[in-house]
Order: sequence, then C-alpha cells, then structure tokens
Amino acid sequence: MGLEGIGARVVRKEDKRFITGAGRYVDDMVVPGMKHAAFVRSPHAHADIESIDVSAARAMPGVIGVLTGREIKADGIGNLICGWMIHSKDGTPMKMGAWSPMATDRVRFVGEAVAVVVAETKADARDAAEAVVVNYRERPAITDAVAALQDGAPQLHPEADNNLIYDWDIGDASAVEKAMASAAHVTTMHLVNNRLVPNAMEPRAALGHYDKAEDHYTCWTTSQNPHVARVVMSAFYNVAPENKLRVIAPDVGGGFGSKIFIYPEEIVCLWASKKTGVPVKWVADRTESFLTDAHGRDHVTEVKLAFDANNRMTAMKVETVANLGGYMSLFSSSVPTYLYATLLSGQYAIPAIHCNVKAVYTNTAPVDAYRGAGRPEATYVVERVVETAARELGVSPAELRRQNFITTFPHQTPVIMAYDAGDYAASLDAAMKAADHAGFPARKAEAASRGKLRGLGMSCYIEACGIAPSQAVGSLGAGVGLWESAEVRVNMAGTIEVLTGSHSHGQGHETTFAQLVSHRLGVPIDQVSIVHGDTDKVQMGMGTYGSRSGAVGMSAIVKALDKVEAKARKIAAHLLEADEADIVIENGELKVAGTDKALPWFQMALAAYAAHNLPAGMEPGLKEGAFYDPTNFTFPAGCYICEVEVDPETGTTEIVQFVAADDFGNIINPMIVEGQVHGGIAQGVGQALLEGCHYDPATGQLITASYMDYTMPRAGDLPSFVVSTTNTPCPGNPLGIKGCGEAGAIGSPPAVINAITDAIGNNDLTMPATPQKVWAAIRAATKH
Amino acid sequence: MYSVNYHRAASVEDAARLLAANDEAKLVSGGMTLIPAMKTRLAAPSDLIDLRHIAALKGISVSGSTVTIGAGTTHAEVAASQELAAACPAFVKLAGSIGDPHVRHLGTIGGSVANNDPAADYPAALLALGATVVTNKREVAAEDFFTGLFETALGEGEIVTAIRFTAPQAAGYQKFRNPASRYAMAGVFVARGSDGVKVAVTGAGDNGVFRSAEMEAALSSNFDAAALDGLTLPADGMMSDIHASADYRANLVVVMAKRAVAAANG
Ligand SMILES: Cc1cc2nc3c(=O)[nH]c(=O)nc-3n(C[C@H](O)[C@H](O)[C@H](O)COP(=O)(O)OP(=O)(O)OC[C@H]3O[C@@H](n4cnc5c(N)ncnc54)[C@H](O)[C@@H]3O)c2cc1C
Repeated sequence: MGLEGIGARVVRKEDKRFITGAGRYVDDMVVPGMKHAAFVRSPHAHADIESIDVSAARAMPGVIGVLTGREIKADGIGNLICGWMIHSKDGTPMKMGAWSPMATDRVRFVGEAVAVVVAETKADARDAAEAVVVNYRERPAITDAVAALQDGAPQLHPEADNNLIYDWDIGDASAVEKAMASAAHVTTMHLVNNRLVPNAMEPRAALGHYDKAEDHYTCWTTSQNPHVARVVMSAFYNVAPENKLRVIAPDVGGGFGSKIFIYPEEIVCLWASKKTGVPVKWVADRTESFLTDAHGRDHVTEVKLAFDANNRMTAMKVETVANLGGYMSLFSSSVPTYLYATLLSGQYAIPAIHCNVKAVYTNTAPVDAYRGAGRPEATYVVERVVETAARELGVSPAELRRQNFITTFPHQTPVIMAYDAGDYAASLDAAMKAADHAGFPARKAEAASRGKLRGLGMSCYIEACGIAPSQAVGSLGAGVGLWESAEVRVNMAGTIEVLTGSHSHGQGHETTFAQLVSHRLGVPIDQVSIVHGDTDKVQMGMGTYGSRSGAVGMSAIVKALDKVEAKARKIAAHLLEADEADIVIENGELKVAGTDKALPWFQMALAAYAAHNLPAGMEPGLKEGAFYDPTNFTFPAGCYICEVEVDPETGTTEIVQFVAADDFGNIINPMIVEGQVHGGIAQGVGQALLEGCHYDPATGQLITASYMDYTMPRAGDLPSFVVSTTNTPCPGNPLGIKGCGEAGAIGSPPAVINAITDAIGNNDLTMPATPQKVWAAIRAATKH
Repeated sequence: MYSVNYHRAASVEDAARLLAANDEAKLVSGGMTLIPAMKTRLAAPSDLIDLRHIAALKGISVSGSTVTIGAGTTHAEVAASQELAAACPAFVKLAGSIGDPHVRHLGTIGGSVANNDPAADYPAALLALGATVVTNKREVAAEDFFTGLFETALGEGEIVTAIRFTAPQAAGYQKFRNPASRYAMAGVFVARGSDGVKVAVTGAGDNGVFRSAEMEAALSSNFDAAALDGLTLPADGMMSDIHASADYRANLVVVMAKRAVAAANG
C-alpha cells in the first residue's frame, strides 16, 4: 500500500488550515463593494400577509434596498422545487404547493422569509428589517403530521387536500396479509422517530455578486453540491443561465445533508445583487439556522413483524406518516420513500414486506435529508421491532437476529434492493466479542449492587449508500442521474491535480483522494492536489451526500486514472523502446518489467508536454476525465452494541460501553473512517438521548430554537467508542468501497433505546430518552 | 445588538451617578447574562455602565467565621479561593459548577445575585446560608432579597456591592442539570449552622428560589440523608416545562437534597 496509499492512516492534509483557523468559509469572502442582507421573517406559523410596508425601512440609515416577494416574482424568479417525483398508490403525482423564495401572500412556518433588506452593514440591515411593517392575519397552525391528516385540520396548500402530499406504497400487501393471518407470533409496535435540527457548526451563508459589465453572476454558498445548485438556480429559478452563473462552495463547516438543498437565501442574494447593483452577503445567525435549515426525521410508524413457529420472520407491515413541514424541500419526497422503505428488510430474509407512507404538510420548517436520510428511520423500525420480538418470544435477541440473517448473496429483498455482499454474522460475532456479551449478566448484577439498572441493546443495521445508478433512480422519479465526474491533470513537472465533483465539508477528501492517486502512481500525496467546489474549475458533479464520495466519486477518479496511466504507459514504452504491456507503474516510476530500465514519472510528464518525441499520432499533454455511473447501491452493514446504566432516582442514562463493528468494504484511510463512525455515533446518541425538536402545538412556535433548549451531544455524554471493521469488499465498484459517512447515525439510535428499555423493563419509551422520560417510564413499569 | 454607549465606572459612586443620569442605562458586570440578551436584541439599554474596573467590588475576605465576597468577584475566583474552601467548601464547589470556564472567568457573584435567574446556583446558597446582600444603600437579608422570577428587592439605582455570610458548620450543594442549558433544573443547598438547618431550592420553584419547610423539619431532628427517606414534595408550586414536569422536579428536589446532605456529612 505504500506509506500514503490505500489503507494507510495518513493524517488529514486539510486539518492544518482548519485547526489553525485558516479555513476559508463563505463568511470569509470579501468582494469590493460588498453589502449585507438581513431577512424579515415570519413570526407566525401560519398567516395571511395582508400588507407589507417598507417605506420606513427604506428611509433608515445605510439602507440600499428593501425587496419583497412580489418583486422577486415580478422579475420571473421561480418557486423552489422538489427534485424527486413520487406518485401516490392511485397513480396521481405528489401535491406540490408553491414555495416562493420570499412569501407573497401566505406564510407557513415561523422563520419563513418575507422580505430582505440590503444595507451598508449587518447592523444597519437588521435595524431596517425591524422597521419593515408586515400586517398578518393569523390562521390556526398545525404541527403534528398525524393530526394534520384529520378532517377539519388547518389546511396549508390548496393543492393538498387534508395536507396529504402523497399516499405511497411499496411491496405486496396481500402476501403480507396472508402471512400475518397464519403467523405463530406477531409483534406490533408504535414508533416515533423524533425530529432533529441539523446544527452544522458553520451556519448557512451566501454571497451573491452580479457583475454588470460581464453580465455574469457568482454565488459563494455553503453547499454540499455546488453544481446541482447551479443547475437548479439556472434551470428552475431563472436566476441566470448556467454559462453566466458560477457557484463556489469553499470550505464548508459541516452539512449533514442540510446543505444539499437550494434555499431561498442564495437565490435572493443573487437576484438582489443585480437589483441593487452591489454584491450581497447573508450569513445566518444561529436562530435562523434553527428556524430555517431543513430539519430531519419526524416519522410516526406502526409496524407489525410476523414469525412462524420456528421464529423465522415471515412478513413485515409498516405504516408511516412523514412530516415534510410547510413546503417540499429539494429531495424531501425521496427520504421517507425510496431511501426508507427500501431498507425495511434490514439484514433479514423476510419473504413479504409492505409499507405505506403518507407524507404531510405541517406548519413547521421543511424536512429533508439529514445524515442517513430515511435509513436511520428504517433501521429504527426494524431493530426496535426485532429486539422487542425477541423479548416477547423469550429468545436471545442476538440469536433471533442470527437465525434470520441473509446469508447468501446477491439477495433480492421484497422492497427493490438487491444486496450484493455482506457477512452479517461476522459483524455480530465481532461486536459480541468486543462487548464481552457473555459477561453482561455479571456486570448487571454488580451495577444492581450500586443501585443502578444496567441494560444491553443491539442493532444490526444495513444501509444503502453510494447513491445511485442513474437509470434506476430515474425510473423511481429522481430528476437527475447520480453519477460522478473526475478529471486527472498531470502537470508538466509531474505533479497532479484531481478535479472532482464530490464536495468535502469535513470528510477529508483532500487526503483520501490523494491517497488513491499515491497508491496508483507511487507519488507522495503532497504532489497531489484535490480541487473541488467551484463550477468554473470542475466541469460537473453531483456532490457529496449518501456516503457516495468514496464509492462513486473515487470510482470516477479511478476511471480517469486508468486513462492517464494508459497514455503514460504508451509514452514510457515509446521512450524506453519497450512493449507497452511490459510497463509497470510503481514508486513514481514507469518501469520495464523484469529489467532495470525505468523512466521517472516527472520525465514522462515532461515528455508528454514537451511533445518532442511522442508516439506517432499522439496528442501532447496528459489530462483525462471520466464519468462514473454506479451499477448498484452499496450496502454497508454492521452490528452496534450499547450498554447503559440508568440511575432510577433521576432517570439519567449513562452509556458505559458502545461497540461498533462495521463492514464498509475496503477502506482507504482507517483513521478517517473511525472519525466518521465516531461522529456518526455521536449524532445517533444525540437523537436517542438528547435532541428533540419541539414546536408548540398550539402556536407553531419553535420552543427548542437555541442551545438553551435544544440539547446537542457533548463529549461528556459519550463513552470512548470501541470500533472495528470486518470486510466483504463491494463487488459493484472498482475499489470495493461501501461508504462509512452515515453508518454511525443510522445504526446507533435503536441500540441505545434497546439498551435503556432492557435496563428499565419498560419498552414504552420514545426518543430522545431524556431523564424525565426514563424516570416516568421506570415509575410506570413499577406501578403494575 | 443595537448600538449602545459604554461607560467605565471608576467607583461605586461613579456608577450610581451614571445610573441616575440615564433612565435606560444598565449596569454590566461579567456580562454573561446581559450581553447575550443584547446580542439577540432582547435587551436594549441605551448605556452600559461597566463595573469591572472598580477595585472596591473585588475580593474575598474571611474573618473569623464571617465571609465577605465583593460583588465583582468572578465565579472562578470564588472557586479557587483557599480561604473560602476552608470556611465553606460547598460554596466553592458550587461556584466551580457554574456554566463553563469562559462563563466562570467573566461572570460575577453580584451579577448573578442581581439577576436572580430562577435556575441560577448562588441564590440557593445565599438563602440556605442566611446571607446578607450588601448594596450601596443598605443591607438586605437573602430571605427578603429574592422576590420572584428575575425579581429582587433592589431599588432604582441600587448596586450590589458585596455578599456576606457566616460560615456554616456543614453544608452541601447538589444539582441536577437541565440537559440543554446545563443550568440547575433542581439544585438544593443544605446548611447546618448555629441557627439550625436551612434547605434552599433553585431551578424548581415556579416563583424562583425557595426554602423547603418539610425538608428542614425532617433534617433538623436528624441531619442525615436517611431523614428524607419516604418524604415527597407536592408538585404544586414546581416549575413545568419541556425538560421537566412539576412531578419530576418534585422528585429531583428530594433526590438532590439527600445527595446534598450526604455531601455535607461526607
Ligand atoms: C453559557 C452560560 C452558562 C451559564 N450557566 C450558569 C449556571 O450553570 N449557573 C448559574 O448560576 N449561572 C449560569 N450562567 C449565568 C452566569 O453565572 C452569569 O455570569 C450570571 O448570572 C450573571 O453575572 P454577570 O456578572 O455576568 O452579570 P451581567 O450579565 O453583567 O449582569 C446581569 C444583570 O445584573 C445586573 N447587575 C450586574 N451587576 C450588578 C450589581 N453589582 N448590582 C446590581 N445589578 C447588577 C445587570 O445590570 C444585569 O441586569 C451561565 C451563563 C452562560 C452564558
């Protein structure tokens, strides 16, 4: 592998600038003449806008312009779109209500943009925003998705009767009914997947610059996918044609999904820059982040899991209500459908599955993909119900799982997915060993002697990553193909630039992608630079989400490297007077196998550009591009075991041990993979124990709108994780990579809740399992 | 934050004069409560009068069993004081448990007491220790000083200058933190002194810090955690919010009281 090749624990190249405070984020960007924007936002969850009076604001000091939704509409800027078409089971298309970048006549969630002020300073802009007078006529608000479906509930969009966006299903309902009827045992559960606020460390930001002389726009934005942003803003929002719009996503301080989507603010900044004649910057404050970043999860689910007399799973039936908030965000429709229901088979051979999903509008912030996107929700359903079934059947949760594992591959599930490779028993065994599963009863007894309730819970998760084959997602309703592109440029002196459509916002691509090149060519990683995040530099890309940068983004680099190597071999063979087939590339040299003849890499590059002596007919230069379209999803899987101690007097849960055994296929940099798992588990523990987004049901006000009320996980809430990996290489891509970015957040919540419910002897517990809830559950359990 | 005029007061008298000269002025001490409120535009004083450079407001002195702490003393200074640790270790521990290091190095006891946040720690200590709040105009017993949620007996233009109390024979403080804010959701300070046992509760009462007669009665005859076994407090009068119901707070108060007594005796 070499010191810096695939498999090496190389320290991250990018961290020097991050940990010395020298990263360059959107808010660090300065353009001459730049001014500042502040948005006027709705204080109401649901109201009609009767009038907007901007005259006082226009007269405030430093104000350059005050703009409203009517003006943006008049200029032909389009409504926001949802890029994945879902059809209801009756064949009708989803009901998409109009979402204007700034509201014109009605607001549907607290924080919705209503007007924007551009002023000399941020403070001037804020002062003037407060002087904009908006007259609202309040309407009743609804925040709960199940309640929003009821007759008589407040209606959000005229397009969607009873606030129902779609009523979708997947799988064979009658086969499931039949299996349920003849089952020896059926476990039934009601499960809630709590709504989360993403809370990336860097708030969203945008800087729009219209250059009048060039008739050209530049947008710096906190995006996980700047090319997608450019397409969407050009083709759908009519901000500017693609060739006149450059989108730059510089260093981005965390996304977790929330920075995939195109939000009103970047559209408004670009448009306002043309309108006012100055570059316009907006940076969200933390309150705006809480109110307007797309939230995650928010499902209510009924699940039934049927078993035969030998404890084999025979069928699963799932009914889910998914809250999508006030408007449909860019990929919102796909999250509770194709990213969720297609994973309901888990790691198990279940002959029949049926799932119905109702997506619903409510007066809350839009909900979209958040680390894991659909797959944490599916895993929570599967792993809670399997654990509960084991308790009901009186068998070991580990053995019930093992007995039902899929063991032969490829395996076609009843819900679209074709698993390509895996060894679920290997992960289970590794986790049980690392967790000293056998020693648990003794630890439980010892804890009891200290007055503590000790519990153990597991979760055997599977996810679908590396999204996704373009034709497949196209047939399921996606508006775009989900390939990736790369270009490898060898410079004249042999150093290398890799241009990638993937976007790094914490993942460490500058290191791992360089490791791949180093592995292939034997050049040190500091001679390899990774270029990303700028539509003027990289031709095209689909960006980073769904743990796709390794499996898809790096596969595109592999394809481009193949082409570079092929040409380099030809040049070397020509110069060394050898047969092309005998040339091997290693340690930065092109060697003739079996001889001591060699050409240093840089000399080959020099020859490619000097072009004095190239094979007949060969073009000068050395630069190759490639697009890679995945052949299948990838299927990371693993087993997590969580052990907790609960203080019955206060309901406090302490995680005393957390073991993760993951199968990510081949691994480029184990240190970075471990970091991704650590961060993912922290987020999953956050969901399970701490984070709960809470809207006041009567008024639709966000109660948890700051860190005073929204609990983010802290270091002290987490144990030192015990992580390890097993490996069944992914057969679907050239590197055998499955992806590791989301696993921690997907696998951990059910492990934590299974552990707590095991400890307290009450299975009726919702996330986040705060001390108050755990204390109440203990009391309820001891009452009867 | 709105724009604001800044004044650095040279003395308590200077601060009082500046305060009297301007209706919309506010004192700022550590700024750990006031500045965040200004940043979110929830507070909008026209003038800030900075107390941080007044030497007379700083320092801790222990003379015999009398402890005096200047209003401008930071939580970190209280937490690090050896003299105070010898006189009342629970008080020192309490100071060291406030917020995070940033907050402790800027926030002051005077600011905390004047603010009387219903979840703040110091008010429980002052009440249980029978402390005296010294102002530029008078001395007020803690019992009379804390009057409600964010309410105190401070009048117009009145500035807290020091806190004074008699070191107890034994004292302990335990709190259960709000998971998000990390302020006390139920904090109990117990003190046994020459005038008996006092138990003060913060973070839980719907009218702010309060003394618990039930627990004081139980502990007066037997200053041991076991004396509280089986004791339950009514949920009535407890605060209720998304983090903790009144019921749950009533439970936590008793649990924290037991642990505080154990700490006092340990
Ligand atoms: C992140 C964070 C966590 C915190 N956690 C805790 C915690 O766990 N426990 C806890 O108890 N507190 C906590 N606090 C509050 C902290 O202790 C504050 O420092 C304290 O409440 C106020 O003190 P200050 O000196 O900062 O006052 P300032 O913010 O300067 O002032 C507060 C108020 O008191 C007035 N005031 C200030 N000094 C005087 C005076 N001498 N006389 C009259 N009025 C005066 C001011 O005008 C203002 O209205 C936390 C704060 C933060 C930001």
